[in-house]
Amino acid sequence: MHASSELDRNHSAGNTKLFLMVWGWLLLLTALEIFLAYERVEVHLMITILVGLSLIKSALIVAYFMHLKFERLGLFLTIVPATVFCICMMLLVFFPDSLRLTHLPQY
Amino acid sequence: MSGAESEGILETPWSGGTSPYSVSSIKLGMWLFIMSDTLTFSALLISYAYVRMSTPDWPRPFEIWPAIAKSSLMTLVLLSSSLTMVLAVAAAHRGDVKKTVRYLIATIVCGLAFVVIHATEWVTLIHEGATPWTNPWNPSVPLFGGAFFGLTGLHMLHVTIGVVYLGAICWGFKKGKWTAEHVEVSGLYWHFVDLVWMFIFPMLYLLSVNPS
Repeated sequence: MHASSELDRNHSAGNTKLFLMVWGWLLLLTALEIFLAYERVEVHLMITILVGLSLIKSALIVAYFMHLKFERLGLFLTIVPATVFCICMMLLVFFPDSLRLTHLPQY
Repeated sequence: MSGAESEGILETPWSGGTSPYSVSSIKLGMWLFIMSDTLTFSALLISYAYVRMSTPDWPRPFEIWPAIAKSSLMTLVLLSSSLTMVLAVAAAHRGDVKKTVRYLIATIVCGLAFVVIHATEWVTLIHEGATPWTNPWNPSVPLFGGAFFGLTGLHMLHVTIGVVYLGAICWGFKKGKWTAEHVEVSGLYWHFVDLVWMFIFPMLYLLSVNPS
């Protein structure tokens, strides 16, 4: 069996009240996003705001629902920085080009 | 217990006995899968954002009813299924089989509800003339259909696989075939599917609401 005593202690982290609170925050942020969708905001800014809010939501899900906050730091350091680095690389390849295209002079 | 015994023999990290992450191999495997799937969805979403931002006349067909109301309801259903999933994992670690199975079934029902509502939403759009190659709102932007059906379709596939996965875990846990660890790992997958929807919903639906 792989269930050592340390694993069991880790799993006791988080209780129903905490989960309900996280769920409530996620719903609140979603409601905020839906509200913002009907505000007249320029699309670049809108994408930034919506993705920013979604990043907060995903951080809540990963930390509390997926339990990463209560795992060893080593696991976090293995998973998160590498993934974030890869996503940043994609952003560096794709986005400058998209901005360049939208700002091309019209001939 | 044999576990405690082996811990006694292999007690330092250098002797190979102590797991550096203190998680089981299946959990680490699931995390690695989630990493790769994150990159798949990131690539799709980033390329979609690229197309979306460089197309000023991107169609905005989604009215409050049915598209936005339905997709908001789907978000609520999926978030609630994540809540029942964490409660199932907590119950599984307490050894409460009855409650675990009940919460898992609630999660599966929410997942099925998500797929059904999403399917009706798709049918509405298809009846209006949207396909992966064309759309009736602005035919000069054929990528609308590709981005919409591609991203939501891949996500729906993940939800469907998740429902089957949770069903198998639920059955196996009830039989005593699988442990609380398996329930937790299936939970990781389910929360990830929820997390992806947290990006797809604002990016695909909320950026295409009809502003009038």
